[in-house]
Amino acid sequence: MSRSPGRKQENHKISRELFVLTYGALVAQLCKEYEKDEDVNTCLDSMGYSIGIRLIDDFLARSAVKKCRSYSETADMIAQVAFKMYLGVTPSVSCSSATGNVFSLILDKNPLVDFVEELPPERASLCYCNLLCGVIRGALEMVHLAAEVTFLQDRLKGDAVTEIGITFLRKPEDRKHRR
Amino acid sequence: ELSLAAFALLFSELVQYCQRRVGSVAELQERLAQLGHHVGLRALDALVARERPGRRETKVLGVLLFVKGPLWRALFGHDADKLEQANDDDRTFYVIEREPLVNTFVSVPRENSSLNCAAFAAGLLEAVLGASGFPARVSAHWHKGTTLMIKFDEAVIARDKSLEGR
Repeated sequence: MSRSPGRKQENHKISRELFVLTYGALVAQLCKEYEKDEDVNTCLDSMGYSIGIRLIDDFLARSAVKKCRSYSETADMIAQVAFKMYLGVTPSVSCSSATGNVFSLILDKNPLVDFVEELPPERASLCYCNLLCGVIRGALEMVHLAAEVTFLQDRLKGDAVTEIGITFLRKPEDRKHRR
Repeated sequence: ELSLAAFALLFSELVQYCQRRVGSVAELQERLAQLGHHVGLRALDALVARERPGRRETKVLGVLLFVKGPLWRALFGHDADKLEQANDDDRTFYVIEREPLVNTFVSVPRENSSLNCAAFAAGLLEAVLGASGFPARVSAHWHKGTTLMIKFDEAVIARDKSLEGR
C-alpha cells in the first residue's frame, strides 16, 4: 500500500445521496434500453450477483464475524450486520417455514427508494430494488450457500412493507459435515 | 453515509454495463456523462433546498464556489482540491482533484488509456451548472490528477460582465 492510511480512512464512506441517485440513474438507463420489465429485473439481478460475489469479501474483511452455524444465524447476520454496514438499515428477520430454510427480511425503510415516489404505470411490474436480491444471492453463493432470493412484497407496488424472501436450497442436514 | 465499497462496486457494474453496449472510448465517456447528468439534476434540487433555501447563485464565481465547496462536500465528502481559471480564456475554468472518488478503484488498461471515468463527474457537473442557469460544457481530462474543464456559454459570461458593471 503506497498511500498513507490517513487519507484512505476518511474515504471509506460516501454520501448516501450519491449512491441512491447513481442507482436510480442505472435503473432509468436500463428502463430506456429494455422494453420489458422482466428484462430489466433480470439485468438488475445479474448485476447484483456480480456485485455480491465481490461484496462478500469486503463484508468478511470488515466485519470479522464467526462462521454461521445455521441458516437462521446466516439470515440474522445478513439483516443485522450486512444491511447495517452497506445500507444503514436493519430489516427484521422472520422464519416462515417448518423446515427452517425459508426466511424473510422485512424492510421498513429502504434507502434505495428515498427519491422514488411510485412506479410509472407502464412499469408496473418493475422490481426497482432487484439488485439487492442479486447481491444477497451472489454473496451467499460465495460462502457455499445456494439460495433463491426474491421480493415478496414491495412498497412501491402498493404493499405495506418491502419484504425480501430468502430460500436456502440445501437441506439443513447437509451442513453437519462442517466443523 | 454509506460504505465506499458498495458505491465502488455499483459504479464498476455501471461502467461494465456501458462498456458492453458501446464501440469506443468516446462513446463510453458519453454514456457515463449521461448517467452523471441524471444524478446531477436531482442532487442539485436536494442540495439547494438544504443548503441555500430561497437563494440562487447569480454570479459565475458564486456558482463555482458553490460547486467546489457545498456540492463537492455533499457528494464526495470533501471540497474539490482546486478551482482555477484559464489564463487566456475567461469562459474556461478548471476543477482539479488529485484522486476523484469515482476513480478510486478504477485501473485503466493501456489500450483504453484515454478513458477517464470521471466523465461521470463531468456529466454531473454539467447538469448542475445547466440547471442553475449557467449552461456549460464540462469534460474530464488527465491533468494534475483529474481536471474537469468547464467551458461556459458566451451568453453566461456576457451576462456576468453586465452584472458586474452595475
